[in-house]
Amino acid sequence: MVELTAQTPWAALLPVTAGATGLSAWDPGPMTALMPYRGRRAALSEAMQAAHGLGFPDPGEVTAAPPLRCLWTGRGQAFLMGGPADPGLSAQAALVDQSDGWVALRLEGETAPEVLARLVPVDLRPAALPEGRTLRTLCGHMTVSITRAPEGLEILAFRSMAGTLVHEIADAMRLVAGRAVLG
Amino acid sequence: MRIDGMGRVDRARVLGFTFDGRRYQGFAGDTLASALLGAGVRLMGRSFKYHRPRGPLTAGSAEPNALVTVGRGARAEPNTRATMQELYNGLASVSQNRWPSLALDLLSVNDLAAPFLGAGFYYKTFMWPKAFWEKVYEPVIRRAAGLGALSGQPNPDRYEKAFAFCDVLVIGAGPAGLMAALAAGQAGAQVILCDEDAAPGGRLLAEAEAVDGRPGADWTAAQWEALRAMENVRLMPRTTVTGAYDQGSYGAHERVAQHLADPGAAPVECFWRIAAQRAVLCSGALERPIAFRDNDRPGVMLAGALRGYAHRWGVAPGRRVAVFGNNDDAHRTARDLAAAGLEVVALVDSRHDAENRAGDVPFFPGHVVSRAHGRRGLSAIEIRGADGRRQRVAVEALGVSGGWNPALHLTCHLGARPVWSETLAAFLPRADAVPGLRPAGAVAGALSTTSCLRDGAEAGRAAAADLGFAAVLPAIPEAEDAPGRLRRLWAVPGRGRAWLDFQNDVTVKDVKQAAAENYASVEHMKRYTTQGMATDQGKSSNIGALAILADATGRDIPQTGTTTFRPPYSPVPIAAMGAGAQGQGFAPVRETTSHAQSVAMGAPMVEAGLWYRPSYFPRAGETTWRAACDREVAMVRGAVGICDVSTLGKIELVGPDVGAFLDVVYTNRFSTLKPGRVRYGLMLREDGHVMDDGTTARLEADRWVMTTTTAAAGQVMRHLDWVQQAWAPGMDLRFVSVTERWAQFAVAGPRSRELLNGLLDAPIDDAGFPFMACGPVSVGGVAGRLFRISFSGEHAYEIAVPARFGASLFEALVARAEALGGGAYGMEALNVLRIEKGHVTHAEIHGRVTAFDIGFQRMISPAKECIGKALAARPGLVEESRPQLVGLRPLDGQSPLPAGAHLFAAEGAVTPDTDLGYVTSTGYSPTLGLPLALGFLANGRARHGETVRLIDRLRGAEVACEVTDPVAVDPDGGRLRG
Amino acid sequence: MRLSCPLCGERDRREFTYQGAAAMVDRPAPGATTEQWSDWLHLRDNPAGRTRDLWYHEAGCGAWLVVERDTVTHEIFGTALVGGDHAD
Repeated sequence: MVELTAQTPWAALLPVTAGATGLSAWDPGPMTALMPYRGRRAALSEAMQAAHGLGFPDPGEVTAAPPLRCLWTGRGQAFLMGGPADPGLSAQAALVDQSDGWVALRLEGETAPEVLARLVPVDLRPAALPEGRTLRTLCGHMTVSITRAPEGLEILAFRSMAGTLVHEIADAMRLVAGRAVLG
Repeated sequence: MRIDGMGRVDRARVLGFTFDGRRYQGFAGDTLASALLGAGVRLMGRSFKYHRPRGPLTAGSAEPNALVTVGRGARAEPNTRATMQELYNGLASVSQNRWPSLALDLLSVNDLAAPFLGAGFYYKTFMWPKAFWEKVYEPVIRRAAGLGALSGQPNPDRYEKAFAFCDVLVIGAGPAGLMAALAAGQAGAQVILCDEDAAPGGRLLAEAEAVDGRPGADWTAAQWEALRAMENVRLMPRTTVTGAYDQGSYGAHERVAQHLADPGAAPVECFWRIAAQRAVLCSGALERPIAFRDNDRPGVMLAGALRGYAHRWGVAPGRRVAVFGNNDDAHRTARDLAAAGLEVVALVDSRHDAENRAGDVPFFPGHVVSRAHGRRGLSAIEIRGADGRRQRVAVEALGVSGGWNPALHLTCHLGARPVWSETLAAFLPRADAVPGLRPAGAVAGALSTTSCLRDGAEAGRAAAADLGFAAVLPAIPEAEDAPGRLRRLWAVPGRGRAWLDFQNDVTVKDVKQAAAENYASVEHMKRYTTQGMATDQGKSSNIGALAILADATGRDIPQTGTTTFRPPYSPVPIAAMGAGAQGQGFAPVRETTSHAQSVAMGAPMVEAGLWYRPSYFPRAGETTWRAACDREVAMVRGAVGICDVSTLGKIELVGPDVGAFLDVVYTNRFSTLKPGRVRYGLMLREDGHVMDDGTTARLEADRWVMTTTTAAAGQVMRHLDWVQQAWAPGMDLRFVSVTERWAQFAVAGPRSRELLNGLLDAPIDDAGFPFMACGPVSVGGVAGRLFRISFSGEHAYEIAVPARFGASLFEALVARAEALGGGAYGMEALNVLRIEKGHVTHAEIHGRVTAFDIGFQRMISPAKECIGKALAARPGLVEESRPQLVGLRPLDGQSPLPAGAHLFAAEGAVTPDTDLGYVTSTGYSPTLGLPLALGFLANGRARHGETVRLIDRLRGAEVACEVTDPVAVDPDGGRLRG
Repeated sequence: MRLSCPLCGERDRREFTYQGAAAMVDRPAPGATTEQWSDWLHLRDNPAGRTRDLWYHEAGCGAWLVVERDTVTHEIFGTALVGGDHAD
């Protein structure tokens, strides 16, 4: 019998620190895309409350019942993270496993929004993206999901692009740190 | 020269710099231009066309003359405006467009040839003989005329692009801008305040006038600190807002570290994209010159600039100065220069009824300056009275003022034209020119400092109030409130050449000549003379040229119109606009889970869209790619091969209506597919042409997974979203991409099942897993998916596991394949295998072919509707004469068949109208031992067995080929089912 | 250029993919003539003024939008989800 080992190629690239920001990877655990069937959004939300203690998020919203979180990720779609989804939810929604599909990074530090302002065409300052809010946008040429968590800004991107993502964010971190030195 | 006791430079901090190799000293706070003037240097450049000696005309960003190259080697930055370049210790600068030196420029012979180089000379002089243009004229002209040159080396500096957001963007930090930012900031709005200068204050830095009882510069500094203390205000000095775009988008160019000898890790420049709910434009006004004979001599500059050099930097181009103007503001220059201790030898005012406001200086009302003398630097001016009497006065500097033009450029960026004001003799911005943007201060025609302060404050308040902030008008400080008066004068009549556009060497005569030759529209005049088309975009010449054109054509200025100002307001380096868009920043790199291992195995990686895939896996002794490719093909046909196919798009669809939905998007029927089975499908665009193909597996009753080609994955996802949202919102299904979630590998060849059975936790057999079956499997306890599908034509599978196990599974698969006499295969072998089988890729389904063309017309189900079906049935798309997919093989069994070659009848003329088709894919088939190709041939299916000529003029190939069925290997498909 | 996505809010145009006239939504019914199909697919108005066109929020929420805007002034009058808000 073969023994398969789990590997994350970005582990070797992280963490990175520059100036006031630090970039690290985190493990989002099991991720399930929840996509409510026609007219079942409310029913799904109720079923989620019953099974997991959190509701289906509105656009841009994050619902949470630690260790579970549910991130809005698109039209009619949210990702349940931090644990497996109750199979019973499949009566109300399409459930598709997304674990392993995404690289999850965290950018910490007060200047994190300044760093991502080099790459992301959306205002990520706390006033515009407070805790509990999430959005889909671009980071450079890559589509990403960005969420404000207590520890910093969380970035989800396609697994295959992890190398470019780390490279671009680290580069922006160094430029912002270089500016800070100028005063 | 330096003026004792004047200027705000820090005389305690001496900075050394070089210009054309000579060492000079300046002070902290100097620009390169002020430092050179301070060191007695007036000559800083040569003009574009005539190589005329030039010195600075302005003290700011509108500078047309003083362009120099700053920095050394690869870091050298050509065409830097000396008036904008802040001095730093060790700055190295050189002049441009001269040979062998700035003082002795042999190409100034052009100036002697001026009678032949006037407006339109390109069009007239270099017409004959035609062949000379490219070989002789253009190279010579290019060498003689020009600006600075790039170093030719890769630029080691870092550049940056960034986004910013605000409620109120204030453009310009002069008196109006400072008040606007204060009013909006105090109201609580998020404010960004940009100014192109290193120091805020605008004209206040260049004047003697007090604000709020303090020197203007001190008041500015206090305001700036007050704004800095506000958390909701972001100050961006050295940042020029260069363009206004739709929905409150603005472009801005920040010079982050161009003022430093060593930028360290910082970017030297940044291009900002600012999204603002409201904007207040406080860009001030730009002084305009008056044209007269030889008015381009170094030492002649705008009067406001002359005054500014004295007040801000404590420098002047010489001790003996004169001022020439048509307005009251010119008097202020004379007054201030006299007060600074310079010898003001003449204040010349073209208005006969002007009163001297400059105090005790020689005053010449009703006079004009009719000529400047001194080739490499001003030595004297000629003053002419209304009676025509002339006198020559020795001077080293002359300030000229023809009035002020509002710097309204941004208000024209969305297409609005400015409005001519007779009272101000200037164009004013339209209030509604850019939605959300309000001009305030001098740009809106406010004439005094007090009116600028008030107008700016009100605009800032209104912008914040508009957005719902409780905004009040701040107290307006006391300041000068004298309206200036002006009587228009654009050019002094007389002989000789009088310069309008200094940067592109356009004279009054050129504009008149354009009018005389009927280039009477301002747009035509501009293109004919090139006026306003240099890097300064004619900031100091547009209005003058327009007025002269108006006179020459007997119209007034509103009738004549004005040219269109377009972004950018001032030059933005491509390096800043394209910052980051190189290397990985140009396009993301997508790596499969087997990437590192493939590289370690020596595989050259090739691009497949954003993905990188192994081309082939060389083994010891293989000296060419063909050797590796042939071996890998043979391995798959004879044993078993492993190939990473994770790059194919994978879309998981869930719900009771997936089958019905797939019936709409695919030409063939899917709703009848049984769970545990896979079907090949063809997708059309609405116009009846093939969009993509691939297999879709029904994993469970309500769960399906579709594969797309690597190339079309994004397009198919967009298409499915469209079909569902626009046309099938009633269908109950949901889908999401799982491309990244699964690592998927082809296991292909007669020993593939044997390999899998050594790997899977439970063995499979043909009965349980026949061709086109799918199902869940377990590999080392990991849940995966297995599909019995084949692109190679062999007995083959694709196995998918969660991506984190991809690298590990690939390693295990390759090791097992090698033990069975096989191994990994790359894109080259994959391509040969599918050509042997006649399988199409996007080389064949390139967007212009139909299902009919590739022989799949029977896949369009007659029993149901599908996308593209109606229009695929159009007569022109199903004609027998259309090029149809065929196989090709050389009659001699060995000549290579180049892709891209065209097909012609075996005999007869080779002309575009005898063209019968083209070759799309080629390769050498080790299985058959001869080259094979796929291509499209007119009426091809009826021509199997015929001979055609394959002709490739580029590669010099002409090969007689036999037309065959596209499937060359195993046409019955027996190997698939084995 | 900035577009307001009904789900995501105001966004930079680089997040969107332009498609074409909103008339594409009204697909001919099965049985329509080839001429009707062809007209629907190929014939477009080219207004100097108000127009309705399709944009895909590709780098955002994946929603298809109908955007009503002015081709002359570039003013945007409104955006709406294609197919309504059945699944936001």
